Amino acid sequence: MTMALREAAPAPSRTWATKLFGRDASGYLFLTPWLVGIFGLTIGPALVSLYLSFTRFDLITDPQFVGLANYKRIFFSDAKFLAAMKVTFTYVLLAVPLKLMFALTVAMILNKGLRGLTVYRALFYLPSLLGGSVAIAVLWRKVFSGDGLFNDILAIFGIQGVSWIGNPDYALYTLVALSIWQFGSPMIIFLAGLRQIPVDLYEAASLDGASKRRQFWKITLPLLTPIIFFNAIIQTIEAFKAFTPAFIISEGTGGPVNATLFYTLYLFQEAFSYFRMGYASALAWILLIIIACFTAISFISARYWVHYEE
Amino acid sequence: MKNDEAVSLPGHRGWGLLGSTSAHVVLGLVSLIMVYPLLWMVGSSLKPDNEIFNSASIFPSDPNSSAYVRGWFGLKVSFGRFFANSAVIAVLAVIGNLMSCSLAAYAFARLNFKGRNFWFALMLGTLMLPYHVTLIPQYVLFLNLGWVDTILPLVVPKFLAADAFFIFLLVQFFRGIPRELDEAAIMDGCGPWRIYWKIMLPLATPALATAAVFSFIWTWDDFFAPLIYLNDMSSYTFQIGLRTFVDSGGQSDFSGLMAMSVVGVIPIFILFLFFQRLLIDGIATTGMKR
Repeated sequence: MTMALREAAPAPSRTWATKLFGRDASGYLFLTPWLVGIFGLTIGPALVSLYLSFTRFDLITDPQFVGLANYKRIFFSDAKFLAAMKVTFTYVLLAVPLKLMFALTVAMILNKGLRGLTVYRALFYLPSLLGGSVAIAVLWRKVFSGDGLFNDILAIFGIQGVSWIGNPDYALYTLVALSIWQFGSPMIIFLAGLRQIPVDLYEAASLDGASKRRQFWKITLPLLTPIIFFNAIIQTIEAFKAFTPAFIISEGTGGPVNATLFYTLYLFQEAFSYFRMGYASALAWILLIIIACFTAISFISARYWVHYEE
Repeated sequence: MKNDEAVSLPGHRGWGLLGSTSAHVVLGLVSLIMVYPLLWMVGSSLKPDNEIFNSASIFPSDPNSSAYVRGWFGLKVSFGRFFANSAVIAVLAVIGNLMSCSLAAYAFARLNFKGRNFWFALMLGTLMLPYHVTLIPQYVLFLNLGWVDTILPLVVPKFLAADAFFIFLLVQFFRGIPRELDEAAIMDGCGPWRIYWKIMLPLATPALATAAVFSFIWTWDDFFAPLIYLNDMSSYTFQIGLRTFVDSGGQSDFSGLMAMSVVGVIPIFILFLFFQRLLIDGIATTGMKR
């Protein structure tokens, strides 16, 4: 390859751009598409949306500045916001720990030198890969409907089920189940992490007579904390942003009785069903702040429980 | 990865015969729970409608594919159109992501310029940003450009490296390519463009392939953006078509709905079959969300 390059390129190290703008030029030339994007599609819109959050804006007439009115209404007199917060936090606090515990357990079983690892790993990963699509949300809706698969299986054991997605007491838990069903990708990350733990640590520990349980608490878990931390952050942010399954299962309503009104679904309704763009912008900024606070708290707490090797 | 197949680890970590049998039983059960809903989806799409209810079986007594035909033409516009729309958008998204993200990644990984660390930190910051914060002004922008009901709002951002995750992935990979190669090329008189095009891109094929497969799948699956930007049925993506089908005829034509759901996941399933190793390694090394 170098031969070909040598023949074809006499001395173009100083291109026209470098001549014109100096040595920084090519860096910025390569960055140009991204720079246009970051200003035009990210920073610019984010600032505009911050401004819009202080306005009333319906897309047709110009935004009207209303000060803190949107935020006041959100925090003090919006029952739907409270419902959405409750649903979202319940979902995050149930789905993320359960999914991670499940992922870790399966990863640990798989890590112990079992035959067929690649087959199991692929099977467990498949739902995680497919899970984001509408088709799977549609499937889930059918599995947990009154006459769906889940009740058919319960019937085999003589249990009479209800319509799980139609019942406000249970609807959210079907979505938690859907999230746990997609434990594959954190499992793969755990598996990669478990591989990094040096085997001689376990050998030394068992020579010293440490039980398996003790080895888990004293070796596996501490050494895995960076991976647990990473998975927890990624999964929590994703859980806060969950949208598609709730939208499909409730046909966009967040029902029954707001039981599946995810935060993002509420935001979507405000923006694109009622065209309250200012109000929806305020909701978006509150979501950003919630996620930022969560991330900050996680990083602060990490000092006390995440074990980094020097 | 070398140690992928079950390696027999030293005594205490391995399994006795009894232990390994019970582990296989547990894993087999978990596999069954994981895969059963998917098999049920396929089975249901092949059953006549009256057989589906009250049947947990995945095997149709009399398999027939009529539901696929019914579902395919179940809406005013056929699912063939939705499928084609989705494919076009996903392919363009792959091209856009590969071009724009590899350019930016090369700059971050290899070029020296003022402000590089600042821009890199900014790029990492956008990884965490929920898209809801930019959603409404972007919508207003695309509305004013007359792009609503076209594929442009779904495709153009990809050409502007809006999926910063792939920049990150490629930066990591580019950094692993030995610097001697660039240095030799510079000695031979190559400028940054030639190094990017002739050295970095060919050597980064595995990372580019990972980025391509993931951007195809994520774009194919994307629901939120098409839901907002595509209102005219002939411009629907497959996901939006499926959602419309649920809300209209799908309630009564259950097997048709399952059939179209199957069709909707087939492209992802095929990518999974062919690029399984690439996907799993991609997740293991970069920690992707799914």
